[in-house]
Amino acid sequence: MSVTPQAIIEAGLVQIVREIADRPTVAVRSDTSFADDLDIDSLTLIELVVAVEERFAVTIPDDRVRDLRTIGDVVDHVLGAV
Amino acid sequence: MSSTPVLRPPAGAPHAQILGVGGYRPARIVRNEEIAPRIDSSDQWIRERSGIAERRWADPHETVAAMGAAAAEKALAQSGVTARQLGCVVVATSTHFRQLPAVATDLAHRVGAVNAAAFDLSAACAGFSHGLALAADMVRGGSAEHVLLVGSERMSDLIDHDDRGTSFLFADGAGAVVVGPSRTPGIGPVVWGADGSQSDVITQSASWQDLRTDRSLRFPALTMQGQTVFRWAVYEMAKAARQALDAAGITAADLAAFVPHQANLRIVEALAKALQLPGRVAVARDVQHAANTSAASIPLAMERMLASGEAPRGGLALTIGFGAGLSYAAQVVVLP
Repeated sequence: MSVTPQAIIEAGLVQIVREIADRPTVAVRSDTSFADDLDIDSLTLIELVVAVEERFAVTIPDDRVRDLRTIGDVVDHVLGAV
Repeated sequence: MSSTPVLRPPAGAPHAQILGVGGYRPARIVRNEEIAPRIDSSDQWIRERSGIAERRWADPHETVAAMGAAAAEKALAQSGVTARQLGCVVVATSTHFRQLPAVATDLAHRVGAVNAAAFDLSAACAGFSHGLALAADMVRGGSAEHVLLVGSERMSDLIDHDDRGTSFLFADGAGAVVVGPSRTPGIGPVVWGADGSQSDVITQSASWQDLRTDRSLRFPALTMQGQTVFRWAVYEMAKAARQALDAAGITAADLAAFVPHQANLRIVEALAKALQLPGRVAVARDVQHAANTSAASIPLAMERMLASGEAPRGGLALTIGFGAGLSYAAQVVVLP
């Protein structure tokens, strides 16, 4: 069974979300919403974005951050950028 | 044939230090509950996003000059320097609503600094830190033996009170320091810079010229792209703060206090985390009670920490101002 790039990114992202949002046991799916499901506000989202940039060596400009509403949005952005 | 005479070079003190600090907080306390309804918000929402519980908004008689002079009197008293000894008065402000004259001349007159040059400095929330670099250079360069540096703001005049992104963040007040000669270095090398490509990130909704030509415009107000500012303030300013430590030849372990511009508690906490400050370093959190007072925030926070005993006199403090421009300045200082 091969591990897809998408699965690797999702796993990394879950770890980041748990650290940044300080919710070590939270379960996330592709359609999990930052604001509605994880209570991540606009400033915490920036902390998350910077952590994603460092981990996956990608750039997420500020004007793209406002489009990131779900875990899947971030995964798609990283997949498209790497 | 006569030769051109050689000019006598300016001569100053070997080193400069902060001799005294003072603050003025307006009388009127404005709690979150007073602001929240107008921006469809709540005390909890404001605290979660900013750490701010209350702030002070000035009454009409608490002008930039009056508040600044009150802070200056305290700083002078603590320093033991008389107003007549001041060679220069610098006022950092963004909320003195006259193109001319500078508010610094009025302020100098109010405190009796009859022998001082006086001018304003425009670097928004980084104004105090820019002024501190100038003051230290003036003392060391010989332009002034003692400098009064004041940050005084009425941000409540510049904010859009209906803007839920900014109206709860900004407030009024004044802070001042007296900088003078020292036998040992009391103000470390400044690390500063500007990025004009981001001049629109924190700005005024319209220029005074726009207002003159288009009478239908609302009075200009501060606008801010919060996420962009947060990213820059935390991650870029952490780099600048580290450079200021390196420039001063010390490490975070040598610090007694961290006194960043009080923009938002979330920025203060994220900066402290990024800098990996040892737990015993006192971190300024005046923003919880004063909100963002722009150029006044660092001396106000410094005064509170010294008065409460949170930070020791003579200890080393890392200071960093940052804001519209974008502009920033950081330096390590010995606390007065």
